Amino acid sequence: MSDPNASVSAAAPETVETETYRGSSLPPEPTADKPRSLWSDAWRELRSSKIFILSGILIFVFLIMTFFPSLLTFGKDPYTCDLTLSRQGPSSTAWFGYDNNGCDVYTRTIYGAKASILVGVFATAFTMLVGGFIGVIAGFFGGWVDSILSRLTDIFFGIPLLLGGILVLSSFPASDSTNLYGEVGKVVLALGILGWTSMTRIMRSSVIQVRNADFVIAARALGASSGRIIRKHVVPNSLAPLIVVATISLGGYIGAEATLSFLGLGLQPPVISWGTMINDAQPYIRVAPFMLFFPAIFLSVAVLSFIMLGDAVREALDPKLR
Amino acid sequence: MSEHLLDVDDLYVEFRTRDGVAEAINGVSYTLDAGETLAVLGESGSGKSVTAQTIMGILDMPPGFITGGRILYNGKDLLTMPESERQKIRGAEIAMIFQDSLSALNPVFTVGDQIAEMFQVHRGMSKKEGMAKAVDLMEQVRIPAAKDRVKDYPHQFSGGMRQRIMIAMAISLDPKVLIADEPTTALDVTVQAQIMDLLKDLQRERNMGMILITHDLGVVAGVADKIAVMYAGRIVESANVWDLYAKPAHPYTQGLLDSMPRVDSKGEELYAIKGLPPSLLALPPGCNFNPRCPHRRERCVREVPPTEEVAENHTAACFFWKEVARG
Amino acid sequence: MGRYTIRRLLQMIPVVIGTTFIIYAMVWALPGDPFVGKCGDRPCPASYIAEMRAKFNLDDSLPVQYGKYLWNLLQGNFGESFSGRTVWSEITQAFPVTFRLALIAIIIEIVIGITAGVLAALNRGGFWDNLILVTTLIVISIPVFVIGFLAQFTFGIKLGWFPPTVGPNATVYELILPAFVLASLSLAYVARLMRGNLAENLRADYVRTATSKGLSRRRVIGRHAVRNSLIPVVTFIGADFGALLGGAIVTEGIFNIRGIGGLLYLSIRTREGATVVGVVTVLVLVFLLVNLLVDILYGAIDPRIRYE
Repeated sequence: MSDPNASVSAAAPETVETETYRGSSLPPEPTADKPRSLWSDAWRELRSSKIFILSGILIFVFLIMTFFPSLLTFGKDPYTCDLTLSRQGPSSTAWFGYDNNGCDVYTRTIYGAKASILVGVFATAFTMLVGGFIGVIAGFFGGWVDSILSRLTDIFFGIPLLLGGILVLSSFPASDSTNLYGEVGKVVLALGILGWTSMTRIMRSSVIQVRNADFVIAARALGASSGRIIRKHVVPNSLAPLIVVATISLGGYIGAEATLSFLGLGLQPPVISWGTMINDAQPYIRVAPFMLFFPAIFLSVAVLSFIMLGDAVREALDPKLR
Repeated sequence: MSEHLLDVDDLYVEFRTRDGVAEAINGVSYTLDAGETLAVLGESGSGKSVTAQTIMGILDMPPGFITGGRILYNGKDLLTMPESERQKIRGAEIAMIFQDSLSALNPVFTVGDQIAEMFQVHRGMSKKEGMAKAVDLMEQVRIPAAKDRVKDYPHQFSGGMRQRIMIAMAISLDPKVLIADEPTTALDVTVQAQIMDLLKDLQRERNMGMILITHDLGVVAGVADKIAVMYAGRIVESANVWDLYAKPAHPYTQGLLDSMPRVDSKGEELYAIKGLPPSLLALPPGCNFNPRCPHRRERCVREVPPTEEVAENHTAACFFWKEVARG
Repeated sequence: MGRYTIRRLLQMIPVVIGTTFIIYAMVWALPGDPFVGKCGDRPCPASYIAEMRAKFNLDDSLPVQYGKYLWNLLQGNFGESFSGRTVWSEITQAFPVTFRLALIAIIIEIVIGITAGVLAALNRGGFWDNLILVTTLIVISIPVFVIGFLAQFTFGIKLGWFPPTVGPNATVYELILPAFVLASLSLAYVARLMRGNLAENLRADYVRTATSKGLSRRRVIGRHAVRNSLIPVVTFIGADFGALLGGAIVTEGIFNIRGIGGLLYLSIRTREGATVVGVVTVLVLVFLLVNLLVDILYGAIDPRIRYE
């Protein structure tokens, strides 16, 4: 009924105009806004979210621990140990005490961040890429391609993540490699082989929703190829739920690595991770609980910050909450 | 003056939100008698649904706040009644049907169950007795094979059938007042006509007072006795149905009537009222309609026009209604 | 309803075959020597290897290998551990304890989780809501084994309310603490899910209709809103069962419970390949079965699914 494109006119004069259209004064045209997109809106909302800021700070600290651990340990390295200090409690010189081998728990905890976080990051990246790719193909092309890929997803989904990780890792020969990246890669693969399924499902349902949208049909009508449509239209619009899950999964993978290490299957010494530290500290829990609890706290806080981040991102990206 | 069945008296409702206070209803008054049909006409945001929800008592409060006025049902003010008493009236004496029947019905209960619930809760009947009543009601609203379909779920019915189920639920306990909030907006034109016929028949049989909320002038013509036109939370004109169509006295009403496409205006440009309805958070000063009004003057921005009597049973809230009536 | 069940059952079959095949392949068909570490720290003697190769059909091609394995499975033969005991007997002995543990955990998860979720949703933005949100967030973040140690340390050792490890009888009382630990993660998820669903459903149109029918607030929430909100929660509990199984391994390890989880834990540490495969296969089958049951249950409570 109303015409939103009506032009602005000056304030109405005292007399009535002969034509009923003109003479109406309308609210001034809104000033040209910057183009708003889901992402810029989300970013704006994120910036003001306390949870986002808090998790951001925490993650930043963990990143420092990962890449510049010596900054936080004041130059001490985690491998110089003194057996005579074995299992001594926290003091002013060793804030977290000493572990069974006389190594400084604080230093090891800081250095332990790297392996744990790397596993989380790479596992997430792997599952996002693999799972996301499969999800896009299944969701976009549908038909028998979708049927096969969905069956495949169901099959892999049937193996719970931890069980699968256990299987894969207990089948690998006890490697002699002590290379950090080798170890990390092994665990990433173990987690990734099964972890891709949840990404796939989300991406697939996201893509299915988007592919039926009018703008996709319009693009096709204009002659865009499938590849182009996927790249430019489908993927950017389906990304949001995936990002939320990925962020939360990152926390989950850090936890999963720790659990696998706790079972003795994950990263092997001399690679230091929070999980291996907890595993080592297990038998001494009654006499030296600090050996276990400090890395456990760091671990929990790391997982917590990623989950909080994921929550904040989800709130920001959720169009329903607008 | 004899008592009206329902008397909304100078009602004020506002919504307090993070972005400010939205004045949703500003001094709305209308009455309804038994057997009468009142159509409340207006665009989205005019306050027509909010008024109905306030009468029913299903408004979300907060963020909604009733800041003034009374709603008299058979002389008693609903707004000051204790909730327990109000609950007995709700559904049993004043009932409401909604626009989107698919989302308005609970998807996990059978339609029979949902109708029977009325009898179970208000009349203390057993489930079996309630279901029997449900079948009876479904037949009354002309749902074919009611006995077989009573155990079906809402999503198994078409839109028109679902609307009938909502109507069955609403009239189940013989309410005195039926409020229909855009009952046909989501339906095809032919089904619309059927549903409106059904409502009219039911009303006549039971002598119900009916409030029909809509934005569609076409639906109103054959059904209503009187019309209240709402804009930005106020009633800008109210009259008997024939008087409104023949001699509108408010620029907004005139605009609505003019924007209806007519058979004899073939080849001409369609008219539309310029501009958009105002935001309830920041209503224009003076007469709320002034930014879009072709008759607007200085006075309209400065003062709020009172409701003036234009003719018998015909009021309009405009300083210059005489010009509108002339032109 | 019957057709829906049968459809689901049939869909399950290729998944079962596929899953067990993958498990099998992962253990026996990966490149490298499958006997590494399976005889403890020493390399296995040649005669032993030859015997095992024959027993486990390792000289056949993979599909044949798998086929024989599947055939054995259907007869209830899960193979033998390298120490000679049949995997099946080990499983049946360990199963009852784990079953009890899991049952208690699920009851805790459902009762506390749903109650907390409902409470939070009804108290939207208030004290209880925030408390539950924060608590569940923390519980989700802390890995199960950390919670396990914490609980064991605090309630078992320091406070002494529960025995820190479970004895061979595994009485219900002894299992309460481990069950709580096991249920903790799932409980947190259930509470959040319920909260989200209920909060959303409370704003739904049909709730408005129910209120306008003159139903009491309790009936509107308790009967109409909760019923709708429960549906995704039920599916979640089924899907989450897998995590419960994984958690059982850790929990049983910490509390020294001789159940399936403990069996797996031990076999992993001692590198008993056959037992690991057997137990994991059983667990996976149970997981798939539970999912199937949940799917069927879902069809029973959500009429919209039944008729698609």
